[in-house]
Amino acid sequence: MFDTLARGFRQARNRLAGLTELSESNIEPALREVRLSLLEADVEIGVVKAFLSRVKQKAVGRTLEAKVKHEGETMQVSASDHFVKICHDELEAMMSHEGEPIVWASGRPTGLMMVGLQGSGKTTTCAKLARHIAKQGKKPMLVAADMQRPAAVEQLKVLGNQIKIPVFNISGKSPVEICAAAEAEAKKLGRDVIIYDTAGRLAIDEKLMQELAEIKSRVAPENIFLVVDAMIGQDSVKTARSFHERLGISGVVLTKLDGDARGGAAISIKEVTGAPVLFSGVGETTDKFEEFRADGMASRILGMGDVVGLMQDF
Amino acid sequence: TKARETEGFFGRLKALFVGRSEIDPGLVDQIEEVLLTSDVGVKTTEALLEEIRAGIKEKKLVKDEQVWDALRRRARELLGGSGGGIKYPARPTVVMFVGVNGAGKTTSIGKLATKLKAEGRTVVLAAGDTFRAAAVQQLVVWGKRVGCEVVSGKDGANPGAVIYDAIQKAAEIGADVVLADTAGRLHTKTNLMDELKKVARTIDKALPGAPHETLLVLDATNGQNALQQAAMFKEALPLSGIVLTKLDGTAKGGVVLGICAEHALPVRYIGIGERPDELRDFNADEFVEALLGQADESTDAAA
Ligand SMILES: Nc1nc2c(ncn2[C@@H]2O[C@H](COP(=O)(O)OP(=O)(O)OP(=O)(O)O)[C@@H](O)[C@H]2O)c(=O)[nH]1
Ligand SMILES: Nc1nc2c(ncn2[C@@H]2O[C@H](COP(=O)(O)OP(=O)(O)OP(=O)(O)O)[C@@H](O)[C@H]2O)c(=O)[nH]1
Ligand SMILES: [Mg+2]
Ligand SMILES: [Mg+2]
Repeated sequence: MFDTLARGFRQARNRLAGLTELSESNIEPALREVRLSLLEADVEIGVVKAFLSRVKQKAVGRTLEAKVKHEGETMQVSASDHFVKICHDELEAMMSHEGEPIVWASGRPTGLMMVGLQGSGKTTTCAKLARHIAKQGKKPMLVAADMQRPAAVEQLKVLGNQIKIPVFNISGKSPVEICAAAEAEAKKLGRDVIIYDTAGRLAIDEKLMQELAEIKSRVAPENIFLVVDAMIGQDSVKTARSFHERLGISGVVLTKLDGDARGGAAISIKEVTGAPVLFSGVGETTDKFEEFRADGMASRILGMGDVVGLMQDF
Repeated sequence: TKARETEGFFGRLKALFVGRSEIDPGLVDQIEEVLLTSDVGVKTTEALLEEIRAGIKEKKLVKDEQVWDALRRRARELLGGSGGGIKYPARPTVVMFVGVNGAGKTTSIGKLATKLKAEGRTVVLAAGDTFRAAAVQQLVVWGKRVGCEVVSGKDGANPGAVIYDAIQKAAEIGADVVLADTAGRLHTKTNLMDELKKVARTIDKALPGAPHETLLVLDATNGQNALQQAAMFKEALPLSGIVLTKLDGTAKGGVVLGICAEHALPVRYIGIGERPDELRDFNADEFVEALLGQADESTDAAA
């Protein structure tokens, strides 16, 4: 499956074969192929344009003659190899981030709030994060603040029970009230991290977005994570931008990466919000969770891991 | 939803119509952008544009609005025989819901049950997702809302066995329809896809000829991966239609054009919210209008 998707990008490389110098005009066909490949990977169209113009800027003027050492051997790097490398590095740069993924509080429990569209994987991610954090020796508490989806509280309770992490909820109360009461409960239980699960919602649902803003102002979480389904299409940017404008998201969790989605949203969202993807969901069970790696993702989006692998030693 | 549409490309498109009597040189590019931003995908977009370009070249299309009309017509053709609800060839008619994680299967079942009940049909829900945390409870809540029977097993029970029991129960009480939930699964997981085939075989044992409908639930916010989903679920099961959920958001679900055309699958229902009454019969004209904008009076007047 990856093969058919990768065709566009391989084609791009072929279009440059034999060229000695990359120019404004001779690189056009290759750029067109890359454009197709990125669109098939669900990179948002505006972001595709921005990416291509940067690649163009960097590629024009590169020549064939550059020699590099690869595993002790001197080899010639073709113009098309340069082009591939520029694309890869640019993508990687667009997704990479420095530093610790989680901002820790001092003097009070650290707050992590999960937000996102319906069904993106928030509840599952809450449990995965709790397990991940507990493994670092911390003591998280889960807060079930989705009072909307049928059995959403039970879902988090079942997951909490599986990983032996307490789940806080007050039946009959509003999400804002529940979240506001969570810190006191955490302190009482001696928990130092609070993970808030919220109901899925559309970014254009004014009432529910207001609810999130209220939760944010009541609990002032250090981290607000937008949970995004890796299968999301062109809507990624609109959604992320709205959530970001409203809440100021600090990071993104990209879920369902265990399938064959190319996951173009990873670059689209970072490009428009500045919020990096921090974690990946790679399965349904609570252990299927990883810190996000920009280099692996760049190859996945380009659909040509093998070729890029060859280039790594530049 | 109308107000939401004007925010999206629908609003932008209106601007394109007004006051033009000749084809704008940038029109094809604009159409391309509209299609791509609606997740129609490169392949289908290219195919559509090629026809448009040919029409323009042969002077069959000489005005902007003719171009849009032609595009709408082609989009409707791609959707094929979409529309209308499910059929009821047997009693009980068994409808199985499948799809990737979080697409909206369980909710769509709750909503369809609401609709069927309002039409006077007796419905039994089968809690065939025995895997996901609290999936059974979620369906049970829906059953209470709707006021219909829910047959469930223990967590981790064999999903086929649960649905088998539900079919027996439906036959016993003379119910019209069984709506069978299944656990979400990514189409790439061979073992889970095999499990689904087994569930379908068990259903056929409970009632020969069942499931009478197998609906693939697709999330309209998904992009090009939905093509793979459709291809692989279709390879595993005889799909009879699509439920396109979450169309109440800003996503347009344009990827179904390619899916319907390639697999000859109709879209049966659309989901436009989380509430019980927010499932609608699919209407191709409406869908295309929301995707491409509509030709209205003001356009004709201007032209
Ligand atoms: N394969 C896979 N499935 C996942 C992953 N993360 C979540 N899921 C599944 O996706 C579905 C939805 O996950 P939830 O955690 O319920 O999503 P949510 O965002 O809380 O959903 P709502 O609360 O209804 O908005 C479930 O079936 C999960 O098991 C992942 O990384 N991989
Ligand atoms: N806005 C909107 N939300 C929807 C729609 N359909 C379903 N949802 C929401 O999407 C989320 C996931 O729906 P579910 O019905 O649990 O999805 P599922 O396919 O059964 O999920 P799994 O069983 O975990 O694979 C829930 O929060 C639903 O309320 C829709 O048409 N519009
Ligand atoms: Mg949830
Ligand atoms: Mg379900």
